Amino acid sequence: MKYYSFLSVLIAGGILMAGCGNAEKVNKDSAPVTEQAKLEEVDLTAELTAYKDFALDQMDQFLIETENFVKLFKAGDIEGAKAAYAPARMYFERSEPIAESFGDLDPRIDGRLADIQEEGKGKGEEEWTGYHKLEYALWEENTTAGYEAIADQLLADAKELHALVQTVEVTPDLMITGAVDLLNEVSTSKITGEEEIYSHTDLYDFKANIEGAEKIFEILRSKLDAKDKELVTTLDEKFKAVDDLLALHETANGGYISYEELTGENTKALSAAVNQLGEPLSQMGIILE
Amino acid sequence: MTTSNDEKWINKKISRRDMLKFTGIGAVGVAIGASGFGGVIKAMGYDVFESVADSKTAFNKVDFYGRHQSGIITPVQTHIYFASLNVLVSSKKDLQEVFKKWTPLIVRLMNGELMVDLTPNTRVPTGDTGEAEGLNASNLSITVGVGPSLFDKLGITNLKPAELADLPHFPKDQLQEEFTGGDICIQACADDPQVAFHAVRNLVRAASGKVEIKWSQAGFNSFPAAGGTPRNLFAFKDGTVNPAITDEKDLKEVVWVDKGWLKGGSYLVARKIQMHLETWDRTSLKDQEATFGRYRDSGAAFGKTKEFDDFDVDAKDEKGAYIMPDTSHVHLARKSNARMLRRSYSYASGVMTNTGAHDAGLLFVSFQKNPDQFTTVQNSLGRMDKMNEYITHRGSAVFACFPGVQKGSYLGEALFNAL
Repeated sequence: MKYYSFLSVLIAGGILMAGCGNAEKVNKDSAPVTEQAKLEEVDLTAELTAYKDFALDQMDQFLIETENFVKLFKAGDIEGAKAAYAPARMYFERSEPIAESFGDLDPRIDGRLADIQEEGKGKGEEEWTGYHKLEYALWEENTTAGYEAIADQLLADAKELHALVQTVEVTPDLMITGAVDLLNEVSTSKITGEEEIYSHTDLYDFKANIEGAEKIFEILRSKLDAKDKELVTTLDEKFKAVDDLLALHETANGGYISYEELTGENTKALSAAVNQLGEPLSQMGIILE
Repeated sequence: MTTSNDEKWINKKISRRDMLKFTGIGAVGVAIGASGFGGVIKAMGYDVFESVADSKTAFNKVDFYGRHQSGIITPVQTHIYFASLNVLVSSKKDLQEVFKKWTPLIVRLMNGELMVDLTPNTRVPTGDTGEAEGLNASNLSITVGVGPSLFDKLGITNLKPAELADLPHFPKDQLQEEFTGGDICIQACADDPQVAFHAVRNLVRAASGKVEIKWSQAGFNSFPAAGGTPRNLFAFKDGTVNPAITDEKDLKEVVWVDKGWLKGGSYLVARKIQMHLETWDRTSLKDQEATFGRYRDSGAAFGKTKEFDDFDVDAKDEKGAYIMPDTSHVHLARKSNARMLRRSYSYASGVMTNTGAHDAGLLFVSFQKNPDQFTTVQNSLGRMDKMNEYITHRGSAVFACFPGVQKGSYLGEALFNAL
């Protein structure tokens, strides 16, 4: 479908060009078609399989860690659940391009209060479910009581997601736009502390999103290398710059400090590094040329 | 399907002249599918295979090439987007590459063309962000300069002209770091605000990872239909005593640097001046006029009837009092005997969060042969200027704007040749 609409634009372009007095009598439509056909030819089978394997592995771990989190939560172990919360979510955040391809499962698992349509609704309402509602219970209410059903629902949703991702078809677009989307997630909500407004564990999500994008880059590396070595060098540098900055905020146990401990200067530096990574990362689509 | 003629078209390196046929007026977003060309434009690489010429046919077009950069003696446009950038590179070569890359892109922007022609690969973002599509060149001018901090960062202080230094502190300055200084400036002026913004946005993007925006300010200027000097937000005419942009002798004296790598360039002083509109608006017209030393309606100096009537600041009335009050802005400015070419724009950027007052004022921009010209005027205004009651200087920066570029050269070449 997309292919044909693209083609018709080109034909329209050809008509316009004809009015520009091109001296050479050529069929202007056929050149872009040739180029477009080339786009479809690039063989990424191995890369797509590698990415699917990665995503499935992440989803396995996500289910295991979510089971563990829900178990602690339902046992009323507030401190245990708090400790398990952010690390469990990282598996989801790493593979978000896949996880979010299933309609309402993503909001059911990962929806924030701010994502709920009606302002003020959500805290006590059924329509807000998932990790962030339990985050609210743990950090804001300091309780697990009354939230057991939400915990059960989270586990059920995680299982459903796990089952669905087995069937997912990974496309080149999913990988390429997925990598940039992961960075955009960081730029719009993690860097502002708007993802984890109660636990302030935003840096865990931040790190996981970056790792998810880096994985896609690693899988596509050899293909990119063949097209544009300089781009690969740039991406290596820019990923390192972000990772180095994040490392400054690691804690002794391998976790991350609270978002609230970051200064304006810290967040600005992180944000700039992500943006500088995002620009070249958005060029990975050249492998499809 | 493909005929030999097609092959020829596909594989041929498209000349600039041919390109103009595709990208000139009237052709909207033509996708060029020729592989020969597609290979040259490396996605975001913006590789330009030859220098780009000023278009002869574009509407509302300001020329890029010439003895001086555009945006200095170019007739003032209605909008500005001024950006002060920090460099992230530390080598001279990397910086040189930024200016080399920008040069043909600026010509394209000033021609009203896309930064990069569209490629058939829709899986990558477009090289041009696209919001100026369908808009003409809108008299876009781009003026690029370098600040004193750049020379320190790159370890080339030996090439920093003595004149290029941060301005001294002036009485009542309340400078905020977030509106002050910068390594590079891009002054984009156009008769369309989106064209001006698009230019800065795309130049910064093209140099992603090499520069970052430190601060920026949008501004506007409105010209009466009948012509004449525009009014600032205090409703007074601003820029009356500017040198005429056609008076080459005057400009040589006031604006153009005549030595070193900056020969043919000029110093740009930018000041972000908040104007306290609420207090101004509750000031009687008589006091407002005494603050300027001019009549609001005509713009004439006190004791005169027309805007451009010459006046004697020392003239006194029969009681021995100055006709133009000696605390008035114009009196003090004239007293300094220093001149500059002002190119200021008003701004209105929302509300001051701490006071709820309008965040509005003047993005003062002036060009001069030596920043001392500005300093002299500002020192003369000093604590005396009655205007101080109504304004606060919030930001300040000084940049050495490169001389003009000749075809085949690039912005700042004289500086890099001097290295």
